[in-house]
Amino acid sequence: MVEVRIHKKLGSGTAQFTLHTDLTIAEGSLLTLYGPSGSGKTSLLRVIAGLLPPDKGNITFQGRTWFDSEKKINLPPQKRNIGYVFQDYALFPNMTVIENLKFAKSKSAPDNIIADLLDIMDLATLANRKPATLSGGQKQRVALARALVQQPDILLLDEPLAALDMDMRLSLQDHILDAHKKLGLTTIMVSHDLGEIMKLSDTTAILKEGRITQLGPPGELFMEKHISGKFQFTGTVLHLIQQDVIYIVSVLIGNNIVKVVAHPSEIGGILPGDKVVVASKAFNPVIYKISGNSVSE
Amino acid sequence: MNWEPLRLTFELAMTTTIVLLVVSVPLAFWLSKTTSRIKPVIETLVSMPLVLPPTVLGFYFLLAFSPNNAFGSWINEWLGIQLVFSFGGLVVASVIYSLPFMVQPIQAGLTSLPPSLSEAAATMGKSARIQLFRVLLPNIRKSLLTGIVLAFAHTVGEFGVVLMIGGNIPGETRVASIAIYDEVESLNYVAANSYSLILFALTFALLLLVYLLNGGYLKRFWKW
Repeated sequence: MVEVRIHKKLGSGTAQFTLHTDLTIAEGSLLTLYGPSGSGKTSLLRVIAGLLPPDKGNITFQGRTWFDSEKKINLPPQKRNIGYVFQDYALFPNMTVIENLKFAKSKSAPDNIIADLLDIMDLATLANRKPATLSGGQKQRVALARALVQQPDILLLDEPLAALDMDMRLSLQDHILDAHKKLGLTTIMVSHDLGEIMKLSDTTAILKEGRITQLGPPGELFMEKHISGKFQFTGTVLHLIQQDVIYIVSVLIGNNIVKVVAHPSEIGGILPGDKVVVASKAFNPVIYKISGNSVSE
Repeated sequence: MNWEPLRLTFELAMTTTIVLLVVSVPLAFWLSKTTSRIKPVIETLVSMPLVLPPTVLGFYFLLAFSPNNAFGSWINEWLGIQLVFSFGGLVVASVIYSLPFMVQPIQAGLTSLPPSLSEAAATMGKSARIQLFRVLLPNIRKSLLTGIVLAFAHTVGEFGVVLMIGGNIPGETRVASIAIYDEVESLNYVAANSYSLILFALTFALLLLVYLLNGGYLKRFWKW
């Protein structure tokens, strides 16, 4: 169990706010942090990793104190046994893929762990390449493998998939989920992608200006209406066109653009750019007007 | 031609560069990380030799190193080293005189690296020392080389400081730049010219090396 009860002043000038959390993360849970940029998601990861000292509060991991402002305890990142996948991957440019992994391995870790991870992550053929010669997806796999070599208690992922295309994302999501389950990790991940959040996490915390405004299973947070849908996808609204009495909504789901017909009452406050759920119920009668009085003048 | 001044110049430049490397790496590392309030003051002090007349530096060294002064006599008594008019004194003065040429490229190199590199190493349980030697320094090889070559070349080109605190003792403090001045004074232009040509060619070669390496020209050449 990880408990994070901290205050930390962030930002500067007019954009100042306080990161203030009282968060308990169950062991083995996969928590995603969601929220607008600049809401403190990355800072929260850094606080947990020990890279950013809070102003006050305490952090405990399995009953062990990592940080306590009153008792003046601040365990350095070196002693927290954390695997951190940075947004820029932070691969060491002077080392090859396998050297990066070897550098991260602690003496107590079994010797075959590197070979195993190279295999699992499909990196064996790239083992002797330098990071500069790798593609984004390959770098991301190396970064994830390197974090796992450490056999961490907690895995922290800072938008690891943001820069990747859809296919690569999907396959790496599986890698993350696999590792998380197999190794019994406690994972905290920053993500902006609702599909990813739904697929991977069991708990989501929504951050706004440094505070967790909502916490719970992502299904409940993002689908307040509890649609008992057979199919449901999340996507981004591209544009809305009103045609007679209905709206045609173009939604970007994955890399497909889907047109959805919607009743004005469903449109509510939906605007282009909003994240939406497109769901199809088991029975979905549709009524079209064929003839009658014209509505338009 | 007497080779002694040239040998002395290289000995001085070599010793100074080695001492500078040992001193500058930790100093530049500290400067690249610290948020301390005295950082600008330290940075200013390090950069002072860039703009200060060498004679000013030499004058204060002369005062400080003099056996009649507290510091000079302390060094003399405890370490048995006399820093005025001696090779040891030249090394100390040159280290300070060439400090910015070593510290600034290394500091700039370290600052240009993303902070996530040392942070990643820290989460892997690596100490600051291992971060520096295994992750940071290997990734700023060009900056290190620039610092080494510039510090070496700048020490070769030293004149004012040496003149003030070293004097003109053959085999001890009479480096090439002083020898040139001396030969011109005694109207021995041929000897002055040979020293000058050698220094000219050497400095040209050293700086060319830096530009070739940092511009990636040699890499392109080797690829072919």
